Amino acid sequence: MSDWPVRPPLTPRGGAKTLSACVVLVLLLAYGLPHSERVFSTLFPDLSRPVYLQEPMADLLWQHMGLVLVSSATAVVVGTAAAFFTTTIPGRAFKPLIDMLATLGQTFPPVAVLAVAVPVVGFGELPAFLALAIFGVLPVLQGTLAGLASIPTPVLDSAHAMGMTPRQRLTEVQMPLAFPLWLAGVRTSVIVNIGTAALASTVGAKTLGLPIIVGLSGFNTAYVLQGAVVLGMLAIAADLAFDQLALRFDRSAA
Amino acid sequence: MIKFENASKFYGDVAAISQLDLDIQPGELVALIGPSGSGKSTALKMVNRMVELDHGRILFKNQDITRFNLQDLRRRMGYAIQSVGLFPHRTVAHNIATVPRLLGWEADRVRARVTELMNMLSMDPDHYAGRYPHQLSGGQQQRVGVARALAADPDVLLMDEPFGALDPVTRAALQRALKAIHRATGKTILFVTHDLDEALLLASRIVLLNNGRLVQVGTPLELLQQPANDFVGDFLGRADLGLKQLSLQPVAHYLKPLAGPAPAYLIPSTATAREAISCMAEQHVSSLRVADANGNIIGQVSAPDLLANNHV
Repeated sequence: MSDWPVRPPLTPRGGAKTLSACVVLVLLLAYGLPHSERVFSTLFPDLSRPVYLQEPMADLLWQHMGLVLVSSATAVVVGTAAAFFTTTIPGRAFKPLIDMLATLGQTFPPVAVLAVAVPVVGFGELPAFLALAIFGVLPVLQGTLAGLASIPTPVLDSAHAMGMTPRQRLTEVQMPLAFPLWLAGVRTSVIVNIGTAALASTVGAKTLGLPIIVGLSGFNTAYVLQGAVVLGMLAIAADLAFDQLALRFDRSAA
Repeated sequence: MIKFENASKFYGDVAAISQLDLDIQPGELVALIGPSGSGKSTALKMVNRMVELDHGRILFKNQDITRFNLQDLRRRMGYAIQSVGLFPHRTVAHNIATVPRLLGWEADRVRARVTELMNMLSMDPDHYAGRYPHQLSGGQQQRVGVARALAADPDVLLMDEPFGALDPVTRAALQRALKAIHRATGKTILFVTHDLDEALLLASRIVLLNNGRLVQVGTPLELLQQPANDFVGDFLGRADLGLKQLSLQPVAHYLKPLAGPAPAYLIPSTATAREAISCMAEQHVSSLRVADANGNIIGQVSAPDLLANNHV
């Protein structure tokens, strides 16, 4: 309908193809690495066991993604709800407190949170989940607040003056307009969590960090490389996926 | 239609609006005018309760505005502002459809209304309906803003300096559009402006405010001919009061049959007396031929007539 110049897409044309290629590559690596004995024995002739086989790499990939998904989803729900709460009249007073708590959550290194959580909740997935969820709240909170603050006052005034109810203002104006910056916050949270989840292997959670940690402690560079390659590709794939998502909703860039 | 009764609004100790009494009849086009800080915007926003009044009351259709459901009240009053405030994530058509959709109109009726309004505001629906606000010029955005305010056929149209941010040419076009809409629909319109010429051009009555107090109410001509005090005289621009009065009179009021040698220069009958005087001064003549819309000469006007009688 419009013959006006369209804003250039966030990624070069073919972003969807790059994403598909990355996803395929991650899966190929996860399922193919255990069968790559020949390659790694050539690359690392000194190592007696050059391929990480203690756990299937694919299982580690899925568990890693599961941990990120659950912890990030929690962070997104908590961060978004907290940000919207601060825009309500009773919630306004809590904004400094919520800001401070979220910043505090970000200040503590996740390793420290993991270390503190272990004596309380024991080893395994739970301390990892807690550390990641706490760590992921701040970017979401900040993204949501920035998104809400980015809505021009005249637009909100108009919504009031048109006779929208508070709920209609929220769903028809505030949420769609805050969405791009909210999504940017979620993206940061998830990407950071993908990397940080690798550390969770130190407290017994099974993630892509396991081959890296085992490799580092056993001087097995091949293990480190295998874990790092899958982890890195996963992060890139997730980032590209967010690119596509942002692109899809980028209908009305001002 | 709208009645202010002893209405006041305080910000701290300062009265933004102080004991305002004003009765606006159905079909009037009332301009609220005054220097900045005079409270004209505040007065407007009190009507749809964007600003709540502290004392007195405001009646809408003889009922206290606080007795309406807030959303109902606002949906019955169109609202257009200088910064337009279109929803950036929605197309032109979707923006215009805002209040009808809130009121639960059926899709066909909404579509028909949007098309009607876009035509009324000279925006080709096929071309513009699917565009987003950022793809429009400032003048087009304000047209959409006015269409959105009119969409649900409100009883009252509230406009807060709607054309203040536009260039003179676009502003004049929108002023003509608003005048045409007012003539065609007979809507009660309350609009705020700081532009005296805009108020003189559009308003059937002008309300002049200063420091939150009402200074004078009257037709444009009444204000110009009988300014209530020095403030009014100063505000109206004492030096060209006479010219402003002339600008309210169409040249057709002074028309006389052609007599003697025909004047050399021509003026359309829709021009104002002020334009006729200006033309005479420019061409160094004291009379002009007058032509109707079809270009036929229908008579002449002369300077002594224009200057002798402002009260036709």
